[in-house]
Amino acid sequence: MTKPQIFEKPMGFRDFPYLLAEKKRLVEDRVRQQFVKWGYREVYTPTLEFFDTVGQASEIPDSRMFKLMDRDGNILVLRPDQTAPIARLVTSVLKREPLPLRLFYHGNVFRAQEKEAGRSSELFQSGVELVGQSCPEADTEVIALSIEALRACEIHFPIIALSHVGLLEGFLRERIDHKAAISKLKQTLGLRDLVAFRQILACLDLSSADRQEILAITRSGLEHDQWKSLMKLARTEPVHDAFVYLERVWNNLEASGCTQLVKVDLSLVGSLDYYTGVYFEGYADGQGFPLVSGGRYDQLYQEFGVDLPATGFALKTDRLLEASPLKPEFPVRLALFYEPHLQKKAWKKAKSLRDDGWIVIMQPMEEGQIRKDLPVDDVLVIADEGGTSLC
Amino acid sequence: MLTIAMPKGRIMNEALSLFQQAGWPVPLQMELDSRKLVVSIPEAGFTLFLAKPMDIPTYVEYGVADLGVAGKDVLMEQARDVYELLDLGISPCRMAVAGKPDWQPDLHPRVATKYPRIAESYFKEQGEQVEIINLHGSVELAPVIGLAERIVDIVSTGQTLRENGLVELGCIAEVTSRLIANKGSYRLKGEAIQELLNQLEQVI
Repeated sequence: MTKPQIFEKPMGFRDFPYLLAEKKRLVEDRVRQQFVKWGYREVYTPTLEFFDTVGQASEIPDSRMFKLMDRDGNILVLRPDQTAPIARLVTSVLKREPLPLRLFYHGNVFRAQEKEAGRSSELFQSGVELVGQSCPEADTEVIALSIEALRACEIHFPIIALSHVGLLEGFLRERIDHKAAISKLKQTLGLRDLVAFRQILACLDLSSADRQEILAITRSGLEHDQWKSLMKLARTEPVHDAFVYLERVWNNLEASGCTQLVKVDLSLVGSLDYYTGVYFEGYADGQGFPLVSGGRYDQLYQEFGVDLPATGFALKTDRLLEASPLKPEFPVRLALFYEPHLQKKAWKKAKSLRDDGWIVIMQPMEEGQIRKDLPVDDVLVIADEGGTSLC
Repeated sequence: MLTIAMPKGRIMNEALSLFQQAGWPVPLQMELDSRKLVVSIPEAGFTLFLAKPMDIPTYVEYGVADLGVAGKDVLMEQARDVYELLDLGISPCRMAVAGKPDWQPDLHPRVATKYPRIAESYFKEQGEQVEIINLHGSVELAPVIGLAERIVDIVSTGQTLRENGLVELGCIAEVTSRLIANKGSYRLKGEAIQELLNQLEQVI
């Protein structure tokens, strides 16, 4: 390996110059205000976790994790997501807290990129986890909160694609008694390869009615009455219950006033074998990548030895920074020039201005001259002749 | 307004005529033969642009194109995160392994290809240990000149293989052109995309 150039950074990692850092702070503040208003409490978890615990439980495949070793030879990972560490936190440090727990985080997660240079390996996310509640109202709450968080970043009309992973799985199982075929079908949906999905379906030994029903349920952009009418196709109780569950989520969303932003697409599956119920992704105009994704993951907590239902979402902060029209606002910036021997007066003046909410940059004068090249809105001079003047 | 990325070259003509049959007022091939890369037809609600076939999935993944027409070979090689909506059935061919008829496994087998990822994963699945050599064109040359015993490439009629004294040794996948969509566009412009899909399905 060649020695890196002095300015180089490891692949996939980037700096945030102040304009970007200020915007990130603003977006996170806006989002945080919403999370707090909805009763969520902030938590932090460590950057490093054990591969055998959090790493194994994570929805991120281990080929994309950054691994290292501690002094005892344990394999560590840079946290690949926030949900698994929070599950560890909930089942240990917070295990005596009354449920449900409403938690939120702002944090960076690390995922090795295989594709081109310039894609980030360190991603920022803000998200919530609602742990210990398995009712449709909990799912609705996180969906509605994700919309509210996007709106707080002035993305007024996001589109939420909503699905129910358990429903689809059960629906396929009712019609196909071939486990490998079902997992293959789900895999193609995970890859969003609808062509392969239909090809596999065509090759399966199915009645044409069954095939039509599967195609009908995996169509995108179903209207409420359309997917509701599919409910009568349910042949087993779990599938019927899943339909009823989704219906209750929908009715709840209607009550919260956001159904016009939500489209049902039961072909959406998210990370395979991770989500168990409701799953959703949020998009905004002009953005090719989702800004938020989340859903119900009732199996994760079993990895930590307890059976707790949970739902949540993660906002993709890096994408959100691109999508949000928000601009950080600053009060007027003043430069306070002063003759070095008047520094006491200058410090006093600066303090009183700052107390009044101004931004004050203190700059000693050089040979009685003031610099004209500072990025400030106004200039204040403390000198012997003329005293204090605002020009 | 839909933005559609079209591959330059052979596939473009077939794709354009398919869109025409589906009732979309796409320009005639002649008009596109000029060096113009972007054609906007606002009254019909779309913009076409022409790009290298290999680059189409990239434009679509990043959302600068809502839709694109891309070969399955390119999609397999690049594994980009896009929706694969419809098999257009045009320019059918195979991703195949080829070599000389009297081909013998070497102690250190080599495979030349323009599709290193496809080749790598195929031979991995076969449990074969091979060295993949990445070329950018005229892959058939490799066995003739002795760079590699076998190649992985797309084969349509087999004419080029025959001319170079090569035979097809195995098929990796059937390849056709696909209509692909950006994840966000698929949600935000779902109705317009669905309409196009329905019209195209009628003529395939």
